[in-house]
Amino acid sequence: MDWSYLGRELPRYIEAGLVTLKIGFWGILAALITGLVCCFVLYYKIFILQKIVKVYVELSRNTPLLIQVFFLYFGLPQVGIKLSGTACAIIGLGFLGGSYMAEAFRGGLEAVGNSQIESGLSIGLDKRQMMQYVILPQAISISMPQVSANFIFLLKETSILSAIAIPELLNVTQSLIGLYYKTNESLLLLTVSYLIIILPLSIVLGYIERRLRHAEFGN
Amino acid sequence: MQNSGINVIFNNIGILLDGLGNTLLIAVTSLFISFFTGFGFGLLRMSKNRIVKLLTYIYLEAFRIIPIMVWLFSFFFFIPRTLGIDISGEVAAIVVFTMWGTAEMGDIVRGALESLSKGQIESGLSIGLSKLQLFLYIQFPQAIKRIVPGAISLGTRMIKTTSLVVLIGVIDVIARGKQVIERTKEAFWIYGFLFLLFFLMCYPLSIMARKLERKWES
Repeated sequence: MDWSYLGRELPRYIEAGLVTLKIGFWGILAALITGLVCCFVLYYKIFILQKIVKVYVELSRNTPLLIQVFFLYFGLPQVGIKLSGTACAIIGLGFLGGSYMAEAFRGGLEAVGNSQIESGLSIGLDKRQMMQYVILPQAISISMPQVSANFIFLLKETSILSAIAIPELLNVTQSLIGLYYKTNESLLLLTVSYLIIILPLSIVLGYIERRLRHAEFGN
Repeated sequence: MQNSGINVIFNNIGILLDGLGNTLLIAVTSLFISFFTGFGFGLLRMSKNRIVKLLTYIYLEAFRIIPIMVWLFSFFFFIPRTLGIDISGEVAAIVVFTMWGTAEMGDIVRGALESLSKGQIESGLSIGLSKLQLFLYIQFPQAIKRIVPGAISLGTRMIKTTSLVVLIGVIDVIARGKQVIERTKEAFWIYGFLFLLFFLMCYPLSIMARKLERKWES
C-alpha cells in the first residue's frame, strides 16, 4: 500500500465525489419531478395520460440504466438528437428514478385510509383543503421510507454513468488505475468515497423518517 | 434507413442471442446459488448471538451502501492482483452477484419469517412441536408465500444488473450489440432492440411477482 499515493490523489477523488453528488442531485431532482407528475396523473386518473404513464413505469422499471443511457448517448445521435454526457446522465437517472418515485408516492397516497377522507368531507373540507391538511401530510410520512431508499438507490446508480465518460468516482478510478497501476490504493479510495457519501446520507434520511412517523394517525 | 435498421437486427440475431445466452447464464447461475445461500443467511440473521447479528448486518449494509458496479470492478481488479489468480469476467460477475444475491435473499427470508405472527409460533410450541417441526410445518409454509414474490423481483433486478458485466469485458448481449454497431453504425436500432430485449425478460417476471403477491396476501 503506497500511502503517499493516497494523499496525492485525494484531491481528484474529492473532485470526482463532487461530480457524483452533483449528477446525483440533479438526477434525483429530475426523478422527483417525474415521479410527482406521474403520480398526479395516476391519482386523478387523467384519461389518456394515465395509460402513457403506466407504460412508462413498466418500461422504466424493467430495463437497466446502462441500456437507457447507452440509448440516449449512442443511439439518439443517429436520428439527429445530440445530447451531452451530463444531459444523458441526468435524463437517464430521471427516467429510471421517476417510476420508482411515482410508485412510492402512489403507495403513500393509497395508504391514507378512507375513514380519513370521509371524516375530512364530513367536517366540510373542500378538495384543496383535504389534499393540503389531510391527505398529503399522511401520504408523505408513509412514502418517506421508500423515497429515501430511492435516493440512495439513484445515488449508487451514478456509478454506472462512468460508462458514458462522466468523470465521477468510478470513472476517475478507472483512469487512475490505467495511468499508475495502483489498483489497490485506487480501489480503497473509491470504496471509502462511497462510504463517506452514502453512510451519512442514509443516517440523515433514517432520522427524517423517524421524525415524520409522528404524522401517522389511526393505526 | 428504417428498413436497414430493422434488417440489421434480423441479420445479426444469431450473434446477439449468443451474447444473451452468456448474460442469462450469469444471471441464472448467481440467482440459483443465492437462493440457497440466501436462505442460510436469512436464518443466520435471525440468530440471537450479538456477534453474528453484527457481522450479518455489516455484510448486508456493505452491499446496500457500495454500488454493485464498484464491487464488480474491485473483484475484477483486486483478486487477480492480490491473490495472483487470473479470473475471467464471468467468474468475477458470478461471485459478486452471488454475494449480493445472498445478502438480498437473506433479507427477504428474514423479513418473511419475522412477519409471521407470534401466535403461530406460540401455538406451535404449546402443542409440543420441536424447533425443527415448528420451522418445517408452521413457519416455512407461511413464509414461502412472502419469499417467492420477493425472490422473483430479485430475479428481475439480477437480470437488469447483469447488464453491467459488459463493463468488465464479458462478452454479453450488450458487448455483442456493440460489435454489430461497430460494423453497421446502427446504434439507434441496436440499443432500441436491447432495451426491448431486457424489457421482455423482466416484464413477465415483474407481473408474476405482483400477481403472486396479491394472491397470497392475507
